[in-house]
Amino acid sequence: MVERDIELLECGHRACAGCGLAMAARLMLKAVGKDVIIVSATGCMEVFSTPYPETAWKVPWIHSLFENAAGVGSGIEASLRRQGRSEKVVIIGGDGATFDIGIQCISGAFERGHDITYICYDNEAYMNTGIQRSGATPYDASTTTSPAGKHSFGNTRPKKDLPAIMAAHGSPYVATATIAFPMDMMKKIERAVATKGPCYVQVHSPCATGWGFESDQTMTIGKLAVESGLWVNFEMVNGEVTRVKKVVRKPVEEYLITQKRFRHLFRPVRQEEEIAKIQAYADRNAEKFSLDIKQQKK
Amino acid sequence: MTKKRRLAVSEPVEGASGKTGSWRTYRPEVDRGKCNECGLCILYCPEAAISEDHEVDLRYCKGCGICANECPKKAIVMKREEQ
Repeated sequence: MVERDIELLECGHRACAGCGLAMAARLMLKAVGKDVIIVSATGCMEVFSTPYPETAWKVPWIHSLFENAAGVGSGIEASLRRQGRSEKVVIIGGDGATFDIGIQCISGAFERGHDITYICYDNEAYMNTGIQRSGATPYDASTTTSPAGKHSFGNTRPKKDLPAIMAAHGSPYVATATIAFPMDMMKKIERAVATKGPCYVQVHSPCATGWGFESDQTMTIGKLAVESGLWVNFEMVNGEVTRVKKVVRKPVEEYLITQKRFRHLFRPVRQEEEIAKIQAYADRNAEKFSLDIKQQKK
Repeated sequence: MTKKRRLAVSEPVEGASGKTGSWRTYRPEVDRGKCNECGLCILYCPEAAISEDHEVDLRYCKGCGICANECPKKAIVMKREEQ
């Protein structure tokens, strides 16, 4: 049961104003409750909430390294099970820790079938170290290691489809969510924690600093990502997509134009070809998940 | 100072990283006449700085403006802080 008034992340942490991630952490803890052990990978979440010797978490929390969060989590889970204790183990990692650095530990933990929940907060680059590209950075986004300029439009590769990889491990529950739809996100995390076995939830969390938008636009951009079809909110049970958030789709440029990381697509000249490629990604998503709401009238 | 710790263990403190309210450029002001107490601002605040009776804790509010942007009644206005 989601307890809306429970507050397990103290205010006064060091997240930027308008941080999507801080909200993700708050909502996640509301959904998980007090009976939990959080294992955190290195990343923004770890850095802003726990400058030693202080912490903003009111639940047991452990951090080891960038790459081994899933390994530490599975060890804790095995120990708790041996002792007959009932605490849940929730592992949190950023997209860098999940998509690139930590994937072998995650793969191992999922293959061994530990009763854990892995939550990836996806802000689409290594934000904590200064906006370097990761496996989750979308096509054509400008980052400090994939800068847009005369010879480049930014990142040359599309986003890695990690939910499909996790589902291929035989995970009983894989979901994607966004902080712009908080009730939906809390429900998904609650379900992931309640499901036995290794579950994976990927949470889209816009980053005001890294993506380049005003701090009050966090939720608007989260909603636009879903409405443009570039982010798909879905649930997968035993590898089958069971529920998809359907939308009346907007053109992708409405989403792209709000952010500084895509500014080179509009200024000084509009890059129609590149925008069409990104639109094609959204169209592919729409076709794969049948995103579009069918019109009623004939 | 407390005695030397053997392990790197942190303890939760309210406002662990100081009074982040000093970061603020714009201050949220709630118009009680327009507010219908839907609670969306409480849900959306990344700081958890809005209490259940819709009072903003200005010691910790960073002034991001999400509450003003998401308020369906437009009851929250961001006003520039005095110098």
